[in-house]
Amino acid sequence: MAIVSGWGPATVASARRVTPTGRVLELDVPGWAGNLPGQHLDLRLTAEDGYQAVRSYSIASYGQGSRVELAVDELPDGEVSPYLVDVVEPGDELEVRGPIGNYFVWRDEQPDAVQLIAGGSGIVPLVAIARAHHASSNPAPFKLVYSVRAPEDAYYADELRGFEGDRFTLDWVYTRRTPPGWERPAGRIDAATIERVTLPASGNPLVYVCGPTGFVEAVSRALVALGHDPARVKTERFGGA
Amino acid sequence: MAVFSRGFGGRRRESDPALPPGQYLTEDFPVLSAGPTPDVQTDSWSFDIVNESNERVSWSWDEMMALPVDDVHTDIHCVTRWSKLGTHWRGVALDHFFEKVDTSEAYTMVHSYGGYTTNVPLEDLLDGKAWVAFEFEGEPLDPEHGGPARLLVPHLYFWKSAKWVRGLRMHADDDPGFWEQNGYNLYGDPWREQRYW
Repeated sequence: MAIVSGWGPATVASARRVTPTGRVLELDVPGWAGNLPGQHLDLRLTAEDGYQAVRSYSIASYGQGSRVELAVDELPDGEVSPYLVDVVEPGDELEVRGPIGNYFVWRDEQPDAVQLIAGGSGIVPLVAIARAHHASSNPAPFKLVYSVRAPEDAYYADELRGFEGDRFTLDWVYTRRTPPGWERPAGRIDAATIERVTLPASGNPLVYVCGPTGFVEAVSRALVALGHDPARVKTERFGGA
Repeated sequence: MAVFSRGFGGRRRESDPALPPGQYLTEDFPVLSAGPTPDVQTDSWSFDIVNESNERVSWSWDEMMALPVDDVHTDIHCVTRWSKLGTHWRGVALDHFFEKVDTSEAYTMVHSYGGYTTNVPLEDLLDGKAWVAFEFEGEPLDPEHGGPARLLVPHLYFWKSAKWVRGLRMHADDDPGFWEQNGYNLYGDPWREQRYW
């Protein structure tokens, strides 16, 4: 499952705007080898004159089958993401290669309690992990903390709420604007927030953090300061520093 | 057979012959790390090379600073497809460290504070091709970019330029390091697009 084959064609099966800046895309990829939750792929676009651009995207889906789901947030000065968010429609073609990466992944047989921490569209690999855990009988407790600017910026909010139960708890951090009546003021995630809303270091959970670089830096430093073993904190970052 | 993406290409980036295949230019400096940024202080820092007889040669921060320092002007290429052209670094060439090392092995495993490893053939570290770098664009290297010091091997994909470097161990074989065990190419030449397994 880890060996990356060459480029293969993909057809856009659906494109759904789910946040003010982003869409969920489903791709049909004939011959897709399946992927572990947390892996990513490379996506290639070719213009009519042969010009190409390639970017990496985390995969929101997991497992077998030829249907692959991505969630793409538009970067203001981007080249590929505006095309995927504003232009591409069902039936359009592009190419993908993957799956890629064997570290930021979750396997069903893992016994560990898991803390997931997402910032913005960093939810994508973590929703794949949460989906896989929900569909499994893996008894380990999972907790997700999802930091978004405002309620409407959250991807997969309803689905994630549907996972809440004995094995999965969900908490939100709003950095710009909270829902009405929210118990905490809007603000960036900080060490005190992390201590309040995440699994304690004493339980030695495995922690996955994904989001923009500044978010991941702040969260992972706070986790280490709270006593988490750095080797138990897996990070994935996007964007510049 | 090419697959064309309808309506794509209106906002294309500038191309540049200095860009390896499949790379795009970026002006900022993205961060790719598998875990938290370690807190490494120069007063307790050391850089160690251990040979096949388990003999260790060690440099403190001040001892490294007493070695000749190069100004390095180079392009860097990340496997996640961004490249930066014309970056400026200062660092000590690995040649100066290896003058003190007795080895007949051909491979190295680079070790970092925080536990990261990456494998690099010795010949890719010598003859002015690699440095222990501690300055970027005239400033001390930021911790998130590997400060206080990282390996700089700019002719390979940038995961080979181990952040928070603490030393090397000589190996008889080209054993895989961290990313090389997790899906990335054993060697990583950007001009041959050696990205993945």
